[in-house]
Amino acid sequence: MKQLLSFIKKEFYQVFRDQKTLVMLFGMPIAQIILFGFALTNEIKNANIVVVDNAKDIASQQIINKIEGSKFFNVQKTLMNPAQIDAAFKTGKIKLAVVFPANFNTDLLHLNKTSLQVIADASDPNTATTLTSYITSIVNDYQSQLSQNSSLPYSIHPEVRMLYNPDLRGAPNFVPGVMAMVLLLVCVMMTSVSIVREKELGTMEILLVSPIKPVLIIIAKAIPYLLLSLVNLGAILLLSVYALDLPVKGSILLLVLESTLLIMTSLSLGLLISTITSSQQSAMFASMLGMMLPTMLLSGYLFPIENMPIVLQVISNIVPARWYYIIVKDIMLKGLGFSYIWKETTILIGMTLFFLLIALRNFKIRLE
Amino acid sequence: MDAITLNNITKTYNKGTVLAVDDVSFSVKKGEIFGLIGPDGAGKSSIFRMLTTLLLPDKGSATVGGFDIVKDYKTIRGILGYMPGRFSLYQDLTVEENLNFFATVFNTTIEENYELVKDIYVQIEPFKDRRAGKLSGGMKQKLALCCALIHKPEVLFLDEPTTGVDVVSRKEFWEMLKRLKQQGITILVSTSYMDEATLCDRIGLIINGRVLSIASPDDTIKAYPEKLYAVKSPNMFKLLNNLRSFEQTINCYTFGEYLHLSLKCSEEEVKKYLQEKEHDDFEFKTTSPTVEDCFIRLLKEQNERNGNKNE
Repeated sequence: MKQLLSFIKKEFYQVFRDQKTLVMLFGMPIAQIILFGFALTNEIKNANIVVVDNAKDIASQQIINKIEGSKFFNVQKTLMNPAQIDAAFKTGKIKLAVVFPANFNTDLLHLNKTSLQVIADASDPNTATTLTSYITSIVNDYQSQLSQNSSLPYSIHPEVRMLYNPDLRGAPNFVPGVMAMVLLLVCVMMTSVSIVREKELGTMEILLVSPIKPVLIIIAKAIPYLLLSLVNLGAILLLSVYALDLPVKGSILLLVLESTLLIMTSLSLGLLISTITSSQQSAMFASMLGMMLPTMLLSGYLFPIENMPIVLQVISNIVPARWYYIIVKDIMLKGLGFSYIWKETTILIGMTLFFLLIALRNFKIRLE
Repeated sequence: MDAITLNNITKTYNKGTVLAVDDVSFSVKKGEIFGLIGPDGAGKSSIFRMLTTLLLPDKGSATVGGFDIVKDYKTIRGILGYMPGRFSLYQDLTVEENLNFFATVFNTTIEENYELVKDIYVQIEPFKDRRAGKLSGGMKQKLALCCALIHKPEVLFLDEPTTGVDVVSRKEFWEMLKRLKQQGITILVSTSYMDEATLCDRIGLIINGRVLSIASPDDTIKAYPEKLYAVKSPNMFKLLNNLRSFEQTINCYTFGEYLHLSLKCSEEEVKKYLQEKEHDDFEFKTTSPTVEDCFIRLLKEQNERNGNKNE
């Protein structure tokens, strides 16, 4: 016990004396939350669009007013001919153009049918789709207003409700993803690097020659990073609640417990990496490559898993972040309890035990 | 009983392609300072790592304190103190923290064995709050020795403890080893400094993974078969070339400000030869061989044997 405590104390000394590690440990999560929460978002605000109103009648004016009233658009009203619109798109100044034909209102009233042209810059397909769907919904909205006054009896009006994230904000999607990434990356990298450093500097030689048990070395390495990661988790949650305005709907205790589980998964993965690499650089590389890419790409956080090819879907099953991402979303955004996430929890526990077992088996009691 | 025994130990690296230790057998008596003397790459560190249970030998067996290095590695790890060739303490911890850490790792406290390390520790105590990485070379070695000693080991393994340490510190270091020996600790030490060899009770000369001679420093020197001469002249370069091309020369090499020379013929013949070569003002005297001379001789024999083998 005394051995363990003294070992843990030593680890803490080393972490706190190494400024680079500290910056990485605490700077990275905060920077990521802020970056992903504020700067890198897939919401569209204030998109520059052009409205060309060739009709200048009541219907076109009402629709334009609605468009202008939306916070998504920055409307510029001009009269442009098709060539000018084309030129504006080419310079990249505008993302979308809405063109009302002459006789817009007349056609609508007399023919019961009219059309308007929506041109979008689809070089960025996501933005284009989002913007056109905004415009379409505004037009639909106007249409339903009209039909309230008319006598047409059959009109099907889909009422869309965006659950859990009604405003389609980016933060609710990013925060769980960043949490998964930060915890995984920090834990895996820190543990593997700190063990491999002992090998590289030769201190492992002395530790091996001492009567201290290998299990004790492993536990002593894991505990400091477990504690530091919990501090990190606290920082992320505080940031997301107070800075990103994203409250935890479910039980905070459950969230912390599940996060602890993920931290343990990552710690055991870090141990595993440390047993198969022999330099700090390769350990760092393995953790980065082995953690960052799969966590970003295969956890469902940037790209939906359902849309991936079958092979990638199968591979995504072995990415711990995939399961943790589901857990965090369920607790944070949907406010669900343990009965909804027991399956994911079991998978994470299984992974942890598996990694730990291999790491322990691989831990060398000699130099080679 | 012997504190350390090695029986026909062989060790290879890279799947047998690199032969590091070649059929080595020797034993170290309890309470003895045994020196492994040899150049870099001779296999000293490999022997140390096998005895400290860090590496497994390919062939042969060895014991430390009567325990088998393969089977009883756990027991051995409790009774040995090991100071690796490279400085292997935590550079970012202070002197005191390092010592405390290693004391607890070995299930003891500084106070418990303070007597043993006192002589050494008082010298580094003024720097106890300094980080180990910022110590001078000699200080580092003293700290490493303290850490290796803190649990009162029965057998102490010191792998090149004085490499990179100044002359004064080296002398102090060896005085400490003498005192440790008086406490009954067996010490196996390796060095590439020949002058340190005479400070050991017995020495083993190791070249290319083979231990070629095991004896006390005096006996090693006495075993030197030929008479050894020291020669000096104003033109040393010419002297060396001439002596090397002399047919009766066994070996001739620079040694300090003199050339050391061993001969198949008598002293007079070589003097005559030198006068023929117009060396007027040379100094010629007999000298007693040192461990280094023995070493150079063994090295030459070994090279000649290998040369013959290759032919």
